[in-house]
Amino acid sequence: MQRLLFLGDEAIAQGALDAGLSGIYAYPGTPSTEITEFVQHSKQAKQDKIHSTWSANEKTAMESALGMSYAGKRSMVCMKHVGLNVAADPFINSAITGTNGGLIIVAADDPSMHSSQNEQDSRFLGKFAMIPVLEPSNQQEAYDMVHYGFDLSEHHKVPVMLRITTRLAHSRAGVKRKDLRKKNDLRLPDDLRQFVLLPAIARKRYRNLLNIQDNLKEESKNSSFNNYIDGSDKSLGIIACGIAYNYLLENYPDRHVPHPVLKIGQYPLPKKMIERLCMECAEILVLEEGYPIVEESVKGLLGKGLKIKGRLDGTVPRDGELNPNIVAVSLGMKDTYGLPVPSLMVSRPPSLCSGCPHIDSFKALNEVFEALPKGRVFSDIGCYTLGALKPYEAINSCVDMGASITMAKGAADAGLLPSVAVIGDSTFTHSGMTGLLDAINDKSPITIFILDNGTTAMTGGQDSPAFGRIESICKGMGVEEEHIHVIRPLKKFHQENVKIISEELNYPGVSVIIPRRECVVAIDKRVREKFKKTVATG
Amino acid sequence: MKKDIILAGVGGQGIISIAAIIGTAALEQGLFLKQSEVHGMSQRGGDVQSNLRISDKEIASDLIPYGKADLIISVEPLEALRHLPFLSPDGWVITNTKPYINIPEYPEIEKVMNEIRSLPHYIALDAEEIAKEIGSLKTANIVILGAASPFLGMQYERLEEAIRFIFRNKSEDVIIKNLLALKAGKDFSKQQMES
Repeated sequence: MQRLLFLGDEAIAQGALDAGLSGIYAYPGTPSTEITEFVQHSKQAKQDKIHSTWSANEKTAMESALGMSYAGKRSMVCMKHVGLNVAADPFINSAITGTNGGLIIVAADDPSMHSSQNEQDSRFLGKFAMIPVLEPSNQQEAYDMVHYGFDLSEHHKVPVMLRITTRLAHSRAGVKRKDLRKKNDLRLPDDLRQFVLLPAIARKRYRNLLNIQDNLKEESKNSSFNNYIDGSDKSLGIIACGIAYNYLLENYPDRHVPHPVLKIGQYPLPKKMIERLCMECAEILVLEEGYPIVEESVKGLLGKGLKIKGRLDGTVPRDGELNPNIVAVSLGMKDTYGLPVPSLMVSRPPSLCSGCPHIDSFKALNEVFEALPKGRVFSDIGCYTLGALKPYEAINSCVDMGASITMAKGAADAGLLPSVAVIGDSTFTHSGMTGLLDAINDKSPITIFILDNGTTAMTGGQDSPAFGRIESICKGMGVEEEHIHVIRPLKKFHQENVKIISEELNYPGVSVIIPRRECVVAIDKRVREKFKKTVATG
Repeated sequence: MKKDIILAGVGGQGIISIAAIIGTAALEQGLFLKQSEVHGMSQRGGDVQSNLRISDKEIASDLIPYGKADLIISVEPLEALRHLPFLSPDGWVITNTKPYINIPEYPEIEKVMNEIRSLPHYIALDAEEIAKEIGSLKTANIVILGAASPFLGMQYERLEEAIRFIFRNKSEDVIIKNLLALKAGKDFSKQQMES
């Protein structure tokens, strides 16, 4: 069959479609976004009526996917690593309920924090939930693991995590497709109490999860994704997880590693394979993308005595993603380097687009704050987080989705007045609404900016879940109508906007200001698509 | 055959199109390919780069090791310099000379060009000027691809076919302008190497 050039994300999406998927659920988040977008744009998915619209956040996505599994069908839920924190409650409990139709949770980690606020390792959460975790080393494995993962999930009645990292998600390579598999029919669980986690049932379900752990380890031992590749030089044994295996091979041009190598692509760790490596080799080097989770486990499995090298002993840097050079140095090879970067080099950080509505919002806000003490603007996750950088330097926090409103409330509770929150429309519906309710109930003296550009801009312009309904949501939740203002973030309204903001900062209750103007990138895309349609229809 | 290429530029300058064209041509030639891209936050006017690896053997790493890149292809002069640690001793730098200034502390362009002129192997051309002559400023990235074409170890006709394929939904005029841009870039490089 012909090889198709797929991003890792696209390989997962195509794998799911070919493996009999009925629905995919997600909230956009780099580097996971392209999985769901691929399904949304797939003709095959459209024909087969595969569910693929965006969810309000990762928790609602996870729960919907679990509901689809309850109904007997195969479902997938995709998120970036920090999204799994949002979905942690249903995620952990889905291991207790178990599944009916196959369920795969894709967690896309971002070591080196290319587009994230931390580099947490989702394999820890997989281990915490006690479910199988699959970690592909290349795009073909990513594709194949979806088929395998659904089988594993349906056979053991547990959800399965597919853990990828940025480099795999956003790198293209040739992928061979498998034959198309039929979707599952609607079928309820055999035991209608399986999903009722009342304490008495939950205890039973939890014991069941504990009981299948040995079977899951057995699966890992027999898995084609875990391979023991023998080598004659036993002075060192190497454990290479996921894409770390590629960086290892890169350092041996003929692809022949002289040392025994244990290639890991499936967890729980195959204990017997690790024992064999440790028995046969004088030292162990662990290469893994993310936290030193395998390194810690191997240390735990074997106690003291054997030298285990990795991120914990400094052989590999403790933070950041791996690359071929880091792996070369950890193997004791000579490092390579081209020419030095000239001293005149300056950094070129991302910035708000020319014409972006957020620029006018920040200018108005900054003018109001000229007369006020600084350090009182709590913000959130989105393009507007760039307002922390020059020339605006308008915001003082970015922690997690929705934290702007609740942190502003907490600071106001502490007596920091005025206290301001700046959040985007999509982030507001993701996780800001519950915080707003807290503020309303407490009559907190905070001013909330909901920057409404009509789209989820930073991840590439996905639909905003409450498009055109932001002010009615605020009103419905209990914000007083006279303290909800929709303003136009444009130069010509600057003075008017400054006046409204100043007045609301003085109001000792919850105010909501909604600067509304469409994202310039979204306009450009919309106009281009309209033009294309006009041309096509003549 | 192996070509490790760093593509560099500023978000929105079209390096992904260059990667897609080389990638399509490589696949048509039956070669293996890995291409890592930058998505997300860094696209907004920040520096972007893509690792493109082509080989007649299977490729291991998605990332090119430092000091091993055969080519740095950059649509912006400062960005060409940013990735020099990846360049192999025999590697070439193919770069646009037209700066993209969206930061206040952008160095003096003459100093940037002096750095480029001090490189052992380079081709530097004003792709915008050439694109303007062709009649479409948007083809500047393809001019740069054309300038890189003699170094790709690939038949030139394959690149032309790939352009036709990548722009298949565009008008014939767009395709012709891009093919002209490719040729203008190639001619520039050929002339440089002969002189």
